[in-house]
Amino acid sequence: MSPPSYADALLQAAQSDPRVVVLTAENRAAIRSLPDVLGPRFVDVGIAEQALVGIAAGLALRGRVPVCHALAAFLTMRAFEFVRTDVGLPRLPVKLVGGVPGILSDGNGPTHQALEDVALMRGIPGMVVFCPADEEDLAIGLPHVLASPQPAYIRHNGLRPAVSHSPDFALGRAEVLCEGEDVAILAYGPLVAQAWEATQRLQAAGRSARLLNMRTLAPVDEDAIVAAALETKLLVTVEDHFLTGGLYSIVAEVLVRNQIMAPVLPIAFPDRWFRAGLLHEVLVHESLTGSQIAAAVLARLGSVSGDR
Amino acid sequence: MTLIPVPSTGVSPAVNGSGRTPAHPALDDATHRLLRERSLRVREHVLRTAAGGGSFVGAALSCVDLLVYLYTCFLRVDPADPDAPDRDYLFLSKGHAVPALYGVLAEIGLLAPQRLRRHLHTDDVIYWHPNPQVPGVEFYSGSLGHLLPVAVGVALDCRLAGNPNRVVVMVGDGELNEGSNWEALLVAAAYRLDNLTVVVDRNGFQANLPTEALIPLEPLEAKFRAFGCETARVSGHDFAALAFTFHRLPLRGGAPSVVIADTVRGRGVPSLEARADRWFVKAKPDEIESWLRELRQTNQIGER
Repeated sequence: MSPPSYADALLQAAQSDPRVVVLTAENRAAIRSLPDVLGPRFVDVGIAEQALVGIAAGLALRGRVPVCHALAAFLTMRAFEFVRTDVGLPRLPVKLVGGVPGILSDGNGPTHQALEDVALMRGIPGMVVFCPADEEDLAIGLPHVLASPQPAYIRHNGLRPAVSHSPDFALGRAEVLCEGEDVAILAYGPLVAQAWEATQRLQAAGRSARLLNMRTLAPVDEDAIVAAALETKLLVTVEDHFLTGGLYSIVAEVLVRNQIMAPVLPIAFPDRWFRAGLLHEVLVHESLTGSQIAAAVLARLGSVSGDR
Repeated sequence: MTLIPVPSTGVSPAVNGSGRTPAHPALDDATHRLLRERSLRVREHVLRTAAGGGSFVGAALSCVDLLVYLYTCFLRVDPADPDAPDRDYLFLSKGHAVPALYGVLAEIGLLAPQRLRRHLHTDDVIYWHPNPQVPGVEFYSGSLGHLLPVAVGVALDCRLAGNPNRVVVMVGDGELNEGSNWEALLVAAAYRLDNLTVVVDRNGFQANLPTEALIPLEPLEAKFRAFGCETARVSGHDFAALAFTFHRLPLRGGAPSVVIADTVRGRGVPSLEARADRWFVKAKPDEIESWLRELRQTNQIGER
């Protein structure tokens, strides 16, 4: 049985909760089937992200749960102050779904690359940030994110799942995809699949690797990060985001807060945009495939083991 | 729900071609007197907020008559139940004019007047821009260009829910520089939101300069019309003209209404009027007393 698509999951939520209204700034790729079935509860505002978010805030003031769609780069950056002031400040339950975030913008180039969206959105008090590993993970988490009274940013991900996900979902709880003690890889979004392949290669190389699919970055599973730091020799953060403000920063904050010193290998984009191209080519070019991640981890594990 | 006293007589459909606004039958002498008295008291409240840390007196005084008219004669807002689901909405997008709104809310009994003396004190939430912790204030504002989109969302939901609430959003003229207003108007027109009325407080000033000297807005009616709205232009200090205009809403079925209200920055205190340097005002008690005297001298009730 194939997992439900995002559009199916959203339609199901809309059918069971009359508060749900679906909006888009003329970005319909993920929701093409919805206008016909939702009728007036589907609102397309045209290419106008600021109006999209302000209008969603107005709908939420009237008790609706607006689910807004636009490309992640424009939703989180062009409309940032509207998100912060009209949604974040009053803590309205507006749900922002960012399309082609991070590496999923593949061939679009840097104008469309949202590599700071997690940093921006988690910087807004009360904002839930949900970064599903694939479309199955998205469909599992969606009802929970929609049911939450908080505003939320959803990093849309329509990739087919590389691993099967637990239906047991909670905001602020990571999914443990495999257990291990030599290294803990912490990942979110489309790179979870590559991290999964990396763990397989590490196991084959005789290393015991733990893999956490973080699922939500705000709230974050602090216990899982602390446990990984205490129970393994190396933490690896894997993300299609700038080094600043994403998971690497979150792990740093958690470790400092808990007074833990631990070796951390960050895999992210350091102060630059990535080379545009087809997704599988980008992964290779940016050293983000499973085998490249495994090689980087093995190299670092060697030096970590040597240090101890 | 009980309402603020509203004139109950019928509406004259008469349109006058002479260029003069006809006296409106709905605005009887008692209502007119009430409006003038309220406006005077609201202006007193506004001027007193210039004490201490000061406030945006010039911007507030230009829209006092508009807000007094709307809350006295137009908006269905029950002071005993300001959050009633069937209320009309007033969104003050030019948030720095909030002293005028505080004053109106105090006069209609939504806000205890003594709270205005705690302006800018951290033991209350009466500060330079609106926030919804103040009873009767619908939403945060102050960042310009935000509440027209929000009002469109509210109007859209009223339409979706089949509710007859009316949605009014007051914007400043300088604020119209912000592109988000025009984005929202495109959407309002596309969705034929005739339950939405935009009131432009056309006092002719940006923060520091006359609008026409910086980023000219005229012909302003033509701009709104080109965006699919129906417009009316009216003196924002003439209650009879306001009554005439607001009783005609929506100005056209299936279109958002835009009422461009020509106003005077600092209106009511001649020494503050139409001055670029009287947007924000911080004053000593004796200066404020002198403005209050000036205000009362030039606005004597009963001299219609």
